[in-house]
Amino acid sequence: MWKKSRTLGGGMIPLLAAAIAGSFWLLLDPGSTLAFLVWLAAVLLTLAWEGRPRLRWALGAVLLLVVLPMAGMANSFLLELTVQIGIYAAMALGLNVVVGLAGLLDLGYAAFFAVGAYTWAIFGSAQAAAFLGGTFPLPGGYFYLFLFIAVITTALVGVLIGLPALRLRGDYLAIVTLAMGEVVRVLANNLDHPINITNGPQGITPIARPPIGWFSDLLGSVGLVLPAYIWYPLFFYLLVLLLIGLITLVNVRLSDSPLGRAWVAIREDEVAARAMGIPLLRTKLMAFATGAAFSGTMGVVFAAKQLFVSPESFTLVQSILILTMVILGGMGSIRGAIVGAALVTVLNLQVLKSLSEYLNVLRQSGAVLDLGFWRYDLSALPTQLEPAKYERLVFGVILVAMMIWRPEGLLPSRRASLELHQGE
Amino acid sequence: MDWQIILDILPSVLLEGLLLGLVYAMIALGYSMVYGVLGLINFAHSEVFMIGAVAGAEVMIGCVHAGPAAALVLALLAGALVSGMLAVLIERVAYRPLRRRASKVRLVPLITAIGVSFFLQDAARLYLGLVHDDFYRVYPNFELLERTMDLPLQATIQGKGIVLMGVAALMLGVLWFLVVRTPMGRAIRAVAQDREAASLMGIDPDRVITRTFFLGGCLGGVAGVLFGLLYTQINPYSGFFPGIKAFTAAVLGGIGSIPGAALGGLFLGVLEIMGGTYLPLVSDGNIGTEYKDIFAFAVLIAILLFKPSGLLGRGHVEKV
Repeated sequence: MWKKSRTLGGGMIPLLAAAIAGSFWLLLDPGSTLAFLVWLAAVLLTLAWEGRPRLRWALGAVLLLVVLPMAGMANSFLLELTVQIGIYAAMALGLNVVVGLAGLLDLGYAAFFAVGAYTWAIFGSAQAAAFLGGTFPLPGGYFYLFLFIAVITTALVGVLIGLPALRLRGDYLAIVTLAMGEVVRVLANNLDHPINITNGPQGITPIARPPIGWFSDLLGSVGLVLPAYIWYPLFFYLLVLLLIGLITLVNVRLSDSPLGRAWVAIREDEVAARAMGIPLLRTKLMAFATGAAFSGTMGVVFAAKQLFVSPESFTLVQSILILTMVILGGMGSIRGAIVGAALVTVLNLQVLKSLSEYLNVLRQSGAVLDLGFWRYDLSALPTQLEPAKYERLVFGVILVAMMIWRPEGLLPSRRASLELHQGE
Repeated sequence: MDWQIILDILPSVLLEGLLLGLVYAMIALGYSMVYGVLGLINFAHSEVFMIGAVAGAEVMIGCVHAGPAAALVLALLAGALVSGMLAVLIERVAYRPLRRRASKVRLVPLITAIGVSFFLQDAARLYLGLVHDDFYRVYPNFELLERTMDLPLQATIQGKGIVLMGVAALMLGVLWFLVVRTPMGRAIRAVAQDREAASLMGIDPDRVITRTFFLGGCLGGVAGVLFGLLYTQINPYSGFFPGIKAFTAAVLGGIGSIPGAALGGLFLGVLEIMGGTYLPLVSDGNIGTEYKDIFAFAVLIAILLFKPSGLLGRGHVEKV
């Protein structure tokens, strides 16, 4: 039986309260981290809520398209942060196809992100001239074209990596994708010689950004006059929102399509799926290529936003980061992937960092903790103790805890929650 | 390119590869045995290895005045015990609850193992940060262990190399004896073959699994201490590459097979050192040592594609 309360079907009043409180607070005090968290909670609750579709859409639109851009004009860091969340959310959606739908544990997912990012980084900077000659960087307008080129190149790389890897059974696949992810990183790190393709560990910079004259004109034509420094953050924010929308749409359509059902069938029982006439390798390759393509597109956006890429951004930790998002949200759950991405990103970029800063303040205050029986001089806090660097610990705890207590994730897909709690 | 150089350094390259290979072999056995009884790739084993190395370093630094022999023995013991107990703890806390629920989703234990591995890396980092306000530990130098001895064919070996060979041979021998000649070993093999049938024969699978983890952990810990001796510096992320290479070794030799794991480890160790030394020579420095870490991956992918059962493993037919 479906219990409504489990899916927050009845929570309209707390939702509205959070939305209104978060919005006003954020608009009044755009610099407040807490206000941002309340706003984010409102967005995620809107996403998780299952009642009144129209109200939900309206609320989501106001929160995302009105409140945040307005607050972002006062504090452009908010836009930066949401763009980061958005990029991760899009990647989590991509990995969700591979891990959640098709049940293929890919531990080298950051490799596709790297391929996408380097695709634009190499041609959108002077780097390509180093091995091709000619005049580079390409004009910024090519950025839009490269969004699509990256889809093709990363999907191809996905197929290339997948062809050997996907013949293997589940647990070997995890190790091989992990290895492939490392290979891509090592290549990015070392292909500065004999031919300089990636510029090695120094990375590539500056990377061209798309010209957004049309965007500021558009804003001007509807009567918005904004300071120039806000154009790019706002542009990337809206672009990422648009891409997430697109990717979500593709995700939804795919998971209801024959291909999506074939993925689920393979996930559930490979042998039975094959007996039903599903071509295993081809279907798995499709999952790999789809996930890779999403990741690659976001790589292009990432490269243009950061103006800089280096192998450091595409490590195993990145792959596990995205995996953690998918697991936290719920394997196979589209809304879950977005929620997971938001929570993990905020934890990683905001909470841990704030803790680090707080510890630093404590350290410098020179205060002494006195519990009567035990005194501790806070300035003696070890400098190696920096919560911002303990991301692996956090991911590890999340992964293990979720697997033990709630393997279906925070916002489970209907099928997963039924399956994992059979007979309870 | 000079063939003479290649030939001249071959003996020392082989010897260095052999030492590294023995370390891989010992780690590989931990993967192999756990995979045998649980069918699980214990990702956290690389961290069990790393924490053994850290524990060994702590003890060795603490006993630096007790002389090389005592310090070494104590460090090896500490490494074995800490790692063995850690492996048992991991099984209790993380893997056993999953087994109880008997989830049908195969990814669940694997993801748990990855989580444990990541957790342990930073837990070790936290320990080093809090206790030493540092990021790594360095094994102390003992003159006796550093002293080099000349071998025929211009090869040399250091004292610690001899120690490594001796200890590794001893450990592999003891393990082989335990698994092949004792009732406990028979129980382990029985559980690996068919857990249900074994439990019908009066074997408690949980106990056997605990013992397997302990044995694998001990080997990993000793390997960690030996690795630390050889390369002197250990940090919380030192376990990752040896771990994945040892796993490759286990697959190469045929997962579940003890001689296979040993053989695979030796092969990979020699391959890695040879590749790392000769590739820059052969390619005039264009392709350097930086690629040495990905040889193992190339081997892994090749072996999984062409002979997934490994060199000494038996073929596996999936029954439905």
